[in-house]
Amino acid sequence: MLEKALVGTKRYYMLLAILMGIFALGFLFYLRQLQVGLSITGMGRDVSWGFYIAQFTYLVGVAASAVMVVLPYYLHNYKAFGRVTILGEFLAVAAVTMCVTFVLVDMGRPDRVMNVFKYPTPNSVMFWDIIVLNGYLLLNIVIGWNVLECERHSVAPPKWIKFLSYVSIPWAVSIHTVTAFLYAGLPGRGYWLTAIMAPRFLSSAFAAGPSLLILLCLLVRKYTKFDPGKEQIQSLAKVVTYATLINVFFFFCEVFTVFYSQIPDHMLHFQYLFAGLAGKSRLVPFMWFSIVGMTVTAILLTNPKLRRNENTLAMLCGMVILTTWIDKGLGLMTGGFVPNPMEKVTEYAPTIPEALITIGVWALGFLVLTLLYKVAVSIKEELKA
Amino acid sequence: MGIDRREFIRIAGLSTLLGLGGKGAFELLRPGQVEASMAAKPAAEGVVRWAMVVNMRKMDDDTAKKCAAACHRVHNVPNFAQPKDPKDALPPDIVNRYEVKWIWPEHFHNAFPGEEHPHMPEQMKNLPFLLLCNHCDNPPCVRVCPTKATFRREDGIVNMDMHRCIGCRFCMAGCPFGARSFNWKDPRPYITDTYPGYPTREIGMVEKCTFCAERLAQNMMPACVEASSGALVFGDLNDERSQVRATLKRYFSIRRKVHLGTNPQVYYIV
Repeated sequence: MLEKALVGTKRYYMLLAILMGIFALGFLFYLRQLQVGLSITGMGRDVSWGFYIAQFTYLVGVAASAVMVVLPYYLHNYKAFGRVTILGEFLAVAAVTMCVTFVLVDMGRPDRVMNVFKYPTPNSVMFWDIIVLNGYLLLNIVIGWNVLECERHSVAPPKWIKFLSYVSIPWAVSIHTVTAFLYAGLPGRGYWLTAIMAPRFLSSAFAAGPSLLILLCLLVRKYTKFDPGKEQIQSLAKVVTYATLINVFFFFCEVFTVFYSQIPDHMLHFQYLFAGLAGKSRLVPFMWFSIVGMTVTAILLTNPKLRRNENTLAMLCGMVILTTWIDKGLGLMTGGFVPNPMEKVTEYAPTIPEALITIGVWALGFLVLTLLYKVAVSIKEELKA
Repeated sequence: MGIDRREFIRIAGLSTLLGLGGKGAFELLRPGQVEASMAAKPAAEGVVRWAMVVNMRKMDDDTAKKCAAACHRVHNVPNFAQPKDPKDALPPDIVNRYEVKWIWPEHFHNAFPGEEHPHMPEQMKNLPFLLLCNHCDNPPCVRVCPTKATFRREDGIVNMDMHRCIGCRFCMAGCPFGARSFNWKDPRPYITDTYPGYPTREIGMVEKCTFCAERLAQNMMPACVEASSGALVFGDLNDERSQVRATLKRYFSIRRKVHLGTNPQVYYIV
């Protein structure tokens, strides 16, 4: 089936070339980072995780959201999603690829990465995160590839594939839960020390992931002969609507506890993000845009008319992606580290090389996504013909 | 007789898999190991438990500076504000970001956030509280480290294997005291006099105060204690006759962020 990824239109080759170019640029800067160290980034002793780990966190969510097409199809026998499960699974593969790359890029000593396996340490959440992420990657490659192969030859997938699909459902939940536990169990970081972090991670994931999938379905329909289907997109839109509403609800649950209890260790981080602290307020406009935009989008999504119109739906999905990305990609990391344990305020902003390396990893992910989608769509087109 | 190639590869592959998985499983099935790193240890007979008392009655700016300088000198801690070569000079905000600190002074409201109030003695507000790794009995940094590069010794010292550290910085997020530093930049051009008794570091790994484990092994006091003219007291908490026990018995002391349950072992007399 891989041969399907090798032949395509001129536009397809162009897209590949552009993605490879961006990846190569990022890679060049990464080589520089290997030489001079992480001082190439905007991180420092106070904000010691930045853009890389933030993208990792966000993309774990995108990966987990594949469960939103897999679960209705396998557990509720919702046949319509049979057409898009493969798109969800391949999106997960691309997303986990980016996650793993972001973790690697963030390491001070990537040459020692094998130490994690040489000295396995179960009391570290990172140990479990590595297991669940790699397991999830493997599951989605095996399931996606085999189901597609069977579809191509018009035979039913083997029983063990169905079994693996059931396994992948709780596994998807586990990857984002464990990722939340990386942060939610640290005693000195008030912004992260909350039991609602894993639920919030999941709700924002199930909002952002299916939104991205809807946009990808629309693109696939526009540029190929395969139509993922109107009903499918509408069902996904309902998932996005509920997940976004729940995400906003969870956010306000957190805000209530923090501000009614008035415990400074927890409040200061919100104050930094939404009002500024000690005269430093770089993230304030972003955070307000994120939460107001997310709330408004959630309310608009409840209107069936706006949802049914695919143009407005696409815009609303774009807003969900953007606002959840600001929340998780910008606010979560910096907000957790500011103020620092001595209650001093050091702000963070990514540097240009850091941003280019980040974009390079995204390009790598979209390269994987393009290749996998090309295979999937070609098979689907072939079947239709 | 003998096995064919296929069979060999099969057995070799399987045993590798079992070997890898086996180690992890073994760790998992040895709950004692995990508990040991998570629970505070009761004092046992004949076991040393190192601890430090910072006596703020004897502390002043000059002493604090001497302590930090003594520590940073014998541990080859770089000073990014003082490059060997003037062309490596960095702007002050960058210096703050890259800074490596093992022991350093902070004002009361930074050392004990939330504990200050407007009516406390004016002079207390401006005293240099020396901060360092607390060598917690229940250290979060040890709990989160994915390679055991940070570990807790029998004598209570939370130490680091800098050759094992992968630079993931989970410990920096885990430490509630800001006691950990990362080598964002090659430190060597910023060490004016390299001290031969301690290795210099490379980019990409975390480091912190070790209670001078290397000096204790030679029956020497930690460098900061030696330079403190009596403001820092160091010793064995399990030894009733030790100076730390006597000092803690005589004066009331406080510790940083005890409500977090890490059980810090640096005590402050105010």
